[in-house]
Amino acid sequence: MERFAQLIDALDGCNGSKRKVELLSTYLAEVPANDGCWALNLLLGERRKRLITGRRLREILQQSTSLPDWLFEDCHSHVGDSAETVALLWPQLRDKLPSSPSIQDSGISPLLARVPESPPLHWWMESLLPSLAHCDSELQTQAMTALWWAVPEERHFLLNKLLTGGFRIGVARGLVVKGVAAAFALEETTVLERLMGDIEPTASWFEQLSAPLDQKRTNRGAVPYPFFLASPLQPDGLCDTDPHTWWIESKWDGIRGQLIRREEGVFLWSRGEELINTSFPELVAMAERLPANTVLDGEVICWQKEQSRPLPFANLQRRLGRKRVSLKLKEECPVQFVAYDLLEDGGTDLRDQPLTIRLNKLSEYYRSIDGPEAWRLRRSEGEVLKNWEVLDELRLKAGNGGAEGLMLKELQSPYLAGRKRGFWWKHKLEPMTLDGVLIYAQAGSGRRANLFTDYTFALWDRRSDDPADHQLVTFAKAYSGLNDEEILTLDRWIRRHTRERFGPTRVVDPELVFEIGFEGIQQSKRHKCGLAVRFPRILRWRQDRSAESADSLHNAEQLLLQRQPNAA
Amino acid sequence: MSLLINTAEGLYCPAAQAWIDPHRPVTRALITHAHADHAKPGCDEYWATTSSAGILRQRLGQSINLRTLNYKQQQQIGNAVVSFHSAGHVLGSAQIRLEVNGEVWVVTGDYKRCPDPSCEPFDPVPCDVLITEATFALPIYRWSDGATLAHSIKEWWQGDRSRPSLLFCYAFGKAQRVMAELAAIGVDDEVLLHGAVETVTRHYRDLSVPMVPSRPVSELPRKESLAGRLVLAPPSAHRSSWMRRFPAPQTAFASGWMAVRGARRRKGYERGFVLSDHADWQGLIRTVKESGAQRVYVTHGQNDVLARYLNEVEGIQAAPLAALG
Repeated sequence: MERFAQLIDALDGCNGSKRKVELLSTYLAEVPANDGCWALNLLLGERRKRLITGRRLREILQQSTSLPDWLFEDCHSHVGDSAETVALLWPQLRDKLPSSPSIQDSGISPLLARVPESPPLHWWMESLLPSLAHCDSELQTQAMTALWWAVPEERHFLLNKLLTGGFRIGVARGLVVKGVAAAFALEETTVLERLMGDIEPTASWFEQLSAPLDQKRTNRGAVPYPFFLASPLQPDGLCDTDPHTWWIESKWDGIRGQLIRREEGVFLWSRGEELINTSFPELVAMAERLPANTVLDGEVICWQKEQSRPLPFANLQRRLGRKRVSLKLKEECPVQFVAYDLLEDGGTDLRDQPLTIRLNKLSEYYRSIDGPEAWRLRRSEGEVLKNWEVLDELRLKAGNGGAEGLMLKELQSPYLAGRKRGFWWKHKLEPMTLDGVLIYAQAGSGRRANLFTDYTFALWDRRSDDPADHQLVTFAKAYSGLNDEEILTLDRWIRRHTRERFGPTRVVDPELVFEIGFEGIQQSKRHKCGLAVRFPRILRWRQDRSAESADSLHNAEQLLLQRQPNAA
Repeated sequence: MSLLINTAEGLYCPAAQAWIDPHRPVTRALITHAHADHAKPGCDEYWATTSSAGILRQRLGQSINLRTLNYKQQQQIGNAVVSFHSAGHVLGSAQIRLEVNGEVWVVTGDYKRCPDPSCEPFDPVPCDVLITEATFALPIYRWSDGATLAHSIKEWWQGDRSRPSLLFCYAFGKAQRVMAELAAIGVDDEVLLHGAVETVTRHYRDLSVPMVPSRPVSELPRKESLAGRLVLAPPSAHRSSWMRRFPAPQTAFASGWMAVRGARRRKGYERGFVLSDHADWQGLIRTVKESGAQRVYVTHGQNDVLARYLNEVEGIQAAPLAALG
């Protein structure tokens, strides 16, 4: 545990990526497998079952101190993290106690007695912390307090984090992958592949991850290939290339999926590396008609049979994360799989083959598949680019067809892993924009703790004839788009112009106007203004505009009509 | 009439016809300490402690009309008896005690309760009404003693002698405290100073404050390697062109704000040392209780938090300073 804690401290205290990778690889190369699996599980931010909630830790702390609730809340909004807040407040509790509570429990006492020996990470994760989580309330309070006594204060933050989950310390996944690759002399793609499935905190999982590359595999089982990701189009330079080397297709606003057909079954993976079979049983049924050892890359999207344009993203959202899908939902939100690449054909890995060959082979699948669900495998229509001048026109056309833009793919390109620039470009429609008025602000968390960085914007409701009744209605929240300097300026402005506070939220004078960009707009019953937007972000601070001149709900509804002619 | 009142220029004492740490030029200013947010230029007459005179003149001009008092020395100004009492914040820092017709008010200015080898310790002063600062008035702020911090600074600096160690800290007070704390744990290596730190340090040397030896960076030959050297610089120098002199340094910031991880990461320092010249939560409450004041006004930082806590939990009548008419 101490070694892991030192790694975390060192990672936390360095800003350079190169140094972080060095720290990771040094640690991973020497760590025993039964600790290494936990370290990676934590560093990769795997979703774990929360052992104890932050709220419960706070309760334990508060039981013996005189801290009122509101004061704890103030501390929390200042720190931005409950595990850290509890760690910082521990001395307040320690002062009230004469000594560590003595615990007489045959389960937990022997475990607590081992803490001073500084046992290894896996012992904490597998023995002590789970036992602590399962204690009944009274015993848990005592045991947690005793544990805080036994662990040095500078380790409380880590300890509380291990208990409450949500362990993030600012090491990007990519750096961890590089660290693993460097530690065991593996290719990054190999590491990515091996990390695709579930990360099990077991020694054998870690041994498989770190094992030397075995020669010639055929069947990967359920394990998906790493996704090849596109980058936003940068037209400079690209326009000098021969247009005929580029394949153009619509970019659909669904979720990325990899559909794997093996003899042992069908596996549908999302880009977040989650198996989503249960949310889309129709696609699984469709894929059962594919020949064994086929792997398709494509988009999962809600799209009615024999319709020319897909349903809005909100429909897909209703289906995400479902363990079971009702008949009604299947009817209201039918799904299709828009296949645009073929990664494995009859057991042959095609990823090194040029795109033209993969597309040719893929087109045979559309023809060969049959059965009542066959319509759910949708061909991704595309064409070879004729010249660069038509690109904008094509993009507009795609947009009118309900897509969110275009994809450009180099016809000779292989299928790579991760975001590698050069072969795949996404060319989205220009975002829609509205000018909104800043009305609420809330402090961020982590690096943005105690800094007002979460903003809520409003539009005017001018439906009343009397201008005195015109009011601002909440429309979107945005967190990104301002630079550090603007954030600081705005933070100071917010502190000076706070009208009211509701917990961590501040109501500010409705004076500042920001241009908000977003990708999609749709009707919503959940939102106060009746509209929901996709990916809202701040495009710029409109210091040239007054609040009165900001956009109205009517302007937003016009945008809705433009994008979805049938929404009215 | 109240002994002190809020005016546009700052806290005003009608009996003494004087303002305390005024924000704008006034006829008579009583200065708690020489930090820029407390000592503004342009006043006709200044009153301050003897040990703050050097820095005050350097910052406000050699020709200011400055009257100095030793700690605890009582002075009749108008109808008020005025005295300065050590605040333990920086060299020459003071609380100001005002007595009019037997009623006593104390304005703490900035202060801390932990011992600091670079300045006089805090001197508790009984009073009827206390006006206290509240910069760090949240229970998450709790300071370790200076020696512990000095040891961790030493360990950090000497743990990597392959490159320069840049420690950022406020040029007046914090930097000299770091040097004094290091000397107190037996360090005697020479420390290098940014120009802004050097100018203030001279006044500490004049008053024989025991600190590690130091030299301005600018006095070193341009080519001399700075690997393994500890350099003290003000936060404004972080990421400035001045830093080009130091190839691949390790950086740290010494401040009470470093207690919170998010604050450190946002500022982009690799390491944070929680070293503050303000009172922590414990220190604030202890000071309020020791003063025996029946009424407390709170200013700076988390004033509403401290006032509410004093009222609700400690049963002491308290309010943010704005509530004082």
